[in-house]
Amino acid sequence: MGAMSPPDPSPQPTFTTAEGGQSRLRAPQLPPPVRRIVVDAEPTVVQPPPGNGHVPQAGAGLAAPVRRAKPSSAPKLERMRIEGVSIAYGEKLAVDSVSLPVRQGEVLALIGPSGCGKTTLLRSLNRLVEITPTAVRSGTISLDGEDIDRMEVTALRRRVSMVFQQPNPFPMSVFDNVAYALREQGSGRPGKDALMSHVGDALVRAGLWDEVGATLDHPALRLSGGQQQRLCIARALAARPEVLLLDEPCSALDPRSTQVIEELILRLREEVAVVIVTHNMQQALRIADHVGFMYLGELVEYGPAEQVFGSPREQRTRDYVGGAFG
Amino acid sequence: MSRPIDSVGSWPLRDRVAYFAAWGAGLALIAIAAAILVYMAVRGAQYFDFGLLIESPNSALNQAQSGGFKDPIFGTALLLVMSTAIAAPLGVTIAVWLTEYGRPSGLARAVESAVEVVAGTPSIVLAMFGLVFFQQQWLGFLTFDAEGGAVLGRSFIAAAAMMALIALPLVVGATREALNSIPGHVREASYALGKTKAATIRRVLLPAARPGIGTGTALGMGRVAGDTAIVVVLLGATLQIQNGSDGSVFGLFRGTGSTLTSYVYYNSPAGEGLAPEKAYFAAFVLLLVVIVLNFLVTRLARGKEELWAR
Repeated sequence: MGAMSPPDPSPQPTFTTAEGGQSRLRAPQLPPPVRRIVVDAEPTVVQPPPGNGHVPQAGAGLAAPVRRAKPSSAPKLERMRIEGVSIAYGEKLAVDSVSLPVRQGEVLALIGPSGCGKTTLLRSLNRLVEITPTAVRSGTISLDGEDIDRMEVTALRRRVSMVFQQPNPFPMSVFDNVAYALREQGSGRPGKDALMSHVGDALVRAGLWDEVGATLDHPALRLSGGQQQRLCIARALAARPEVLLLDEPCSALDPRSTQVIEELILRLREEVAVVIVTHNMQQALRIADHVGFMYLGELVEYGPAEQVFGSPREQRTRDYVGGAFG
Repeated sequence: MSRPIDSVGSWPLRDRVAYFAAWGAGLALIAIAAAILVYMAVRGAQYFDFGLLIESPNSALNQAQSGGFKDPIFGTALLLVMSTAIAAPLGVTIAVWLTEYGRPSGLARAVESAVEVVAGTPSIVLAMFGLVFFQQQWLGFLTFDAEGGAVLGRSFIAAAAMMALIALPLVVGATREALNSIPGHVREASYALGKTKAATIRRVLLPAARPGIGTGTALGMGRVAGDTAIVVVLLGATLQIQNGSDGSVFGLFRGTGSTLTSYVYYNSPAGEGLAPEKAYFAAFVLLLVVIVLNFLVTRLARGKEELWAR
């Protein structure tokens, strides 16, 4: 803006356009001047365009520092323990003897390049990896001290729930989606009234109640993408699990929905242990308390997020997280 | 370069010929469809007689006294209901097994081939097979028996069973397509909530596949309503409905009768009835039934929009 007000303070000729700078509506005969120079003129204030909801935030930009969430004040409680777990698909080793604790009161983020085995490790925590016929697993995973291989798989998955990359509500009403996990199979299905308090509770915890509370009988697939994903979280929370697994839950969502879900995750970590797989290192830095960096199936580095991102011990970690700060 | 790039005049001759041939083929098809509809509508209106719809056929030589086609209409409806009741559950079960289980894979391939064989068999061949099958003495209770207990192998049950085979491949195909279009992560989401495979199929996959199942079923019903060979061979040559035993509902099922297709066939100049005006009106009614079924298919298929992101 300095170029518009020359340093000469004396009242000198005023340069205006042919129209005297009066009418902005009249179509100019000549190509419009690039800049009008009016000495001592009032500074022009450009009004922002009428509200489109976008408010530029100070410092928002590529070089903006990532705001770390405050650590939770809730007491840490170890829920799951992964010990020497290796998983192979046929001949290919996808996870190579990984050991990790999963604690309530904190968010554990698994990061790493594509194909590093982080999703496979996540899917082994609720034994979903067993669906793949060629998958074999060794090592032990325990939930509250109990070996998950000894547990009934449906019971395990009620306690270790999961949310997927793509929002995938079932083609039924919002209510039925949330009530899905609560309804036992076979006869004697509880009625709507009996489930209402649980469904409402799950929707409140997923931060969706205010938006869908009045329209619980509407089809879930009519919700927006971000709402659908929060519905999937509510659905996963309905059976009151101890551990919530999130497989890149924001990668199909816009930034605003991503922010809403991240805030939700930070609230949820107080009551459930949260494990999140993410490609987005900024996201890991924003919400994770502990970070596990995986590379080629190996857990290269595990530690508090500040340490893994700020002063990684391993060269490979340093190379990978190098981009996290922009 | 001033000429638009995509003007037909600039195309090579070969492409222009193909272009106009494609136009011509489309227009010709529209013309044929319109001709059929208009012709049948005009003939149907010409011979329109509400009485025909509610009168039973009679065996009078004088056409004015030979009655209408109440029984054939009822026969068509009954056959549609019975064959759908067999084909829809069976087809959905086969499709679910093929897409969700399909093991051992050799058996799955064999089932697929079997469905294809059934789909490719002409209905007259199915009818002959049905006749041989239902003429067995021990299946006599399912079919109309003549005086003295001779098993003729003809009844609504026999015809509906073979008609179901016509509809079955369409139900299987549409249901499989619908199930295959459900992304794998939707199944996994259900497993991840602690549901078994059976519960997932029942509560998530089948409801999601409902438009596809409906489409396949309606397509199958269209084929059943229009088939003649099986009716002529397996439903007996009687235009009137004849109860197979004591007048009960089961007696109706094991009795014989006719449908609109066989009525048209018998009354057409090719048949023995020589009542072309009745044949035209019945054919018009049949056409309406099939058009309504096709309309149903389109309506159901409209519900098949992409439900999930992939």
